[in-house]
Amino acid sequence: MSFATFSITKDEILETVNMISTENLDIRTITMGINIQDSRRETGEKTAKQIYEKIVRQANDLVKVGDNIEKEYGIPIINKRISVTPVALIGNGFNKDDMLKLGFALDKAAQEVGVNFIGGFSALVHKGFTNGDLALIDAIPQILDEGERVCSSINIGNTKSGINMDAVYRMGKIIKETAEQTGDRDGLGCAKLVVFCNAVEDNPFMAGAFHGPGEPESTINIGISGPGVVLNAVKKHPELDLGGLANIIKNTAFKITRTGELVGRVASERLGVPFGIVDLSLAPTPAIGDSVADILEAMGLGKVGTHGSTAALALLNDAVKKGGAMASSYVGGLSGAFIPVSEDAGMIDAVLQGSLTIDKLEAMTCVCSVGLDMIAIPGDTPAHTISAIIADEAAIGMINRKTTAVRIIPAPGKNVGDWVEFGGLLGRAPIIKLNDFSPEKFINRQGRIPAPIQALNN
Amino acid sequence: MQEGNKLIISVLGHDKVGIIAKISTVLADNQINILDISQTILQGFFTMVMVVDVSNSKIDVAELRNILREKGKEMNLEITVQHEDVFKFMHRI
Repeated sequence: MSFATFSITKDEILETVNMISTENLDIRTITMGINIQDSRRETGEKTAKQIYEKIVRQANDLVKVGDNIEKEYGIPIINKRISVTPVALIGNGFNKDDMLKLGFALDKAAQEVGVNFIGGFSALVHKGFTNGDLALIDAIPQILDEGERVCSSINIGNTKSGINMDAVYRMGKIIKETAEQTGDRDGLGCAKLVVFCNAVEDNPFMAGAFHGPGEPESTINIGISGPGVVLNAVKKHPELDLGGLANIIKNTAFKITRTGELVGRVASERLGVPFGIVDLSLAPTPAIGDSVADILEAMGLGKVGTHGSTAALALLNDAVKKGGAMASSYVGGLSGAFIPVSEDAGMIDAVLQGSLTIDKLEAMTCVCSVGLDMIAIPGDTPAHTISAIIADEAAIGMINRKTTAVRIIPAPGKNVGDWVEFGGLLGRAPIIKLNDFSPEKFINRQGRIPAPIQALNN
Repeated sequence: MQEGNKLIISVLGHDKVGIIAKISTVLADNQINILDISQTILQGFFTMVMVVDVSNSKIDVAELRNILREKGKEMNLEITVQHEDVFKFMHRI
């Protein structure tokens, strides 16, 4: 049956209503990317002032416009955020103190315009460091401790230039230092720090969002969500074979992405900023029913982490991309299913029950969109072990020409069996067990792992 | 983006006397015209979908949503209000 005045059937209307009201369909984030390269002045202080003023001017209406779209269209928009040009590029030639000034300017601007996170305290060091990169990296622990909303990311490798193991070595130490500085909050600073291989320039999701040097002056990027919607679609079809199931997921991803495209276009028009991309990621939250792990289990796995988990995730990830790519002209970002631990109730449970280990998580990152994400590890983990985890994950990204990342939290004073609690979207996580044998000598070699050959790919 | 004037109102809950009367009164009071209405009992649930035109209304979508949500609470119904573009975008290319 269809309405005479309106070419949509009642079933479709009820489906949409249900997706939003009971299946947690939301737009996870509207992220405004802002190029701040023109804010460079001769001193750190003057540059910080320019950065602050530009962000406030550009993003002044972001939260208001987002809230209005939410009200008018009845689609929840959870986060409004900002990403800026990697600060190391703007601050090259400045010292650590100057970098801190730039970081605090970002924090203050985020607070002023009312966004919850601002990304871009970042450096791209996949082939080597500039002096600015080194100064920025040194400033990370303090900025993540004292700055409330600043997020940081470092790109330490890519398929074309290999892996900068000097940076990997250094980032192990920086993560430890950040955890210790924010030890009173379970190492919260590390939840705002991502180490990437093959970082993308238009990712709207924190903590890894930055406005890449190839991006226009300003853009609006949308991060969609909706694990709950896909979960319900999968649950409805226990009889289908996997080809059929992939089709169902594609159809669902299409609908979710269309919603993102609508919100993105409206936001872009109202803010007078070009529409960038829709990131097709399924981003879970700690809320029940908003879990990627639950989707994998609904596909037929007894518990996430068991044999078959990687295959199930590969199917899910690819089907989401196929459906989404049909729905939007501009797809980008990280696009796929996120498998963070602390932010996904099903993943937390799988770690607790001993089904999901760090090794299986690493294997699953070969087919998911990001990498080892929001994983709490023992507080006494040595820096070189963290570096080795980063190196492994970067190698997966480098060889497979995909983005991978590590966001890991060595929770001070905690050990296997303990929990970290961050609250809100960042969630809570049990400390996961790591391998006890030392990779120290390997990590201490430093240098650069050469880029892989692109022919003879297997 | 073309500013559409149509909203879709959906009502779900247990069937009882006066649901349509009460909701259409709210709409009439606010100069909102009902263009189409469809109503069925789906798996024991009362299900109604309305297409309405708000071009002459003085209240905005958010306000209408609040009024109807309150009305829904009184009658133990779940009432949602959404812009037509959401449906058009989601289901049609």
